Amino acid sequence: MRLNRSNLCWLALALITAGYLVFWALLLGATAAYSTVDSWLQVLQSPEIRHATFLSLVTCTLAAGFALLLAVPVGYLMTRLEFRGKSWLDAALDIPIILPPLVVGLCLLIFFQTKIGKVIEMAIPFTYQVSGVVLAQFVVAAAFAIRTMRGTFQHLSARPEDVALTLGCTRFQALWHVALPAARRGMVAAFCIAWARSLGEFGPILVFAGATRMKTEVLPTTVWLELSVGNLEAAVAVSLFMVLLAVLVLVAVRATGEKV
Amino acid sequence: MIQLEQLTWKVSGRTILENVTVAIPANTYAVLMGSTGCGKTTLLEILCGLRQPTSGRVLLDGVDVTDLEPRERGIGYVPQDLALFPGLRVREQIGFAPKLRGMAPDELNQRVNRLAEQFGIAPLLDRLPDMLSGGEKQRVALARALAAQPKLLLLDEPLSALDESMRAEAVSLLQRVQSEHALTVLHVTHSSSEAAALGTLHLRMVAGRLEQESKG
Repeated sequence: MRLNRSNLCWLALALITAGYLVFWALLLGATAAYSTVDSWLQVLQSPEIRHATFLSLVTCTLAAGFALLLAVPVGYLMTRLEFRGKSWLDAALDIPIILPPLVVGLCLLIFFQTKIGKVIEMAIPFTYQVSGVVLAQFVVAAAFAIRTMRGTFQHLSARPEDVALTLGCTRFQALWHVALPAARRGMVAAFCIAWARSLGEFGPILVFAGATRMKTEVLPTTVWLELSVGNLEAAVAVSLFMVLLAVLVLVAVRATGEKV
Repeated sequence: MIQLEQLTWKVSGRTILENVTVAIPANTYAVLMGSTGCGKTTLLEILCGLRQPTSGRVLLDGVDVTDLEPRERGIGYVPQDLALFPGLRVREQIGFAPKLRGMAPDELNQRVNRLAEQFGIAPLLDRLPDMLSGGEKQRVALARALAAQPKLLLLDEPLSALDESMRAEAVSLLQRVQSEHALTVLHVTHSSSEAAALGTLHLRMVAGRLEQESKG
């Protein structure tokens, strides 16, 4: 291949990309090298960390499930209906993405001190509870799930739904019988993205649900707690476990054909 | 019978359809021609109820359906891209409307099989849309529309994706379908030969206005 200007340009861009990937590989490699078999065994035997792992898996699944239940109707509405103020609503739906995580936790904490919040807590207690962990994860994960579902519906033609309307469907039936089956892969992707996002959630959980061992401790909390007592080996082992889970989720999303 | 009275459609201050008035008698095969972007598809969508006109009325057999939902109009619609339901097999596509209306499984199967035979797609009943050719998709879309037993069939350039040899076959199929099902058909096309072969009433859309060319 001749090294003309165009090739030089591609070469430069490829080097930048490779440099970034190498940087990440070095980061993960160094973290992995720091970990030992003993630290993994210690992590596996620790009842607190086992509890945190179990709680993370359960709360992430619940938060991602609730996020998907919200994301499907909101994504469908934002794609198929044109209305005044849509761009403002669109921007508002992205607020949880741009807010600093600690602020999200603080907002939740303050909301549940208001009259409405206290009434809700009489039915379902959230503050410093496991349900609070789910809510804190859900608040942020839902915004990512909505984005994914919106992209999914945008890529699907509305025409089959129009035809379904002429064949006797109500709008809801067209969504249920035509749009949702077609959006299956997008729904799997939205669930996985919301799940991965929930797994990494730390700030809102710390502020709103606390970091009580054997109660509201999830994996990111474990990393923080282990670091705070100087147990770097355990913190690294838990971090690597989270990296593994995140990679599995990424593979699952890619398998659906959706882009993250 | 289709009657359009002073139908107007404006979007963002632009007039797409202007005072469209026409009467298409029952059992007529009407063809609608016109340049790209002149409002033909919009007219079909207003007839179906997928769009609300800015002003004017749509009457089917003398009944004002302007404010009725698409499902209440009894109109079969085959859009240009055919819009087969992704992920549903041919059998499910054709049985979609009857099943929605709660038809008993035996009767549903009979209707699906009868239409599949009529359209020559019986061997394809278990296929997904991705596994069908353009001509097969067109037949499935027609069978799906007719399974709902509409009185009126709207076709938006249904033959545009077919090659010459298949188009001649499709034209005779459409003629047969119209007479066997006693349908009133409004067929949008760019092809003069297609219009000449099928149409008994020829309409032309020019700058948002509808002109009646001749009666065959």
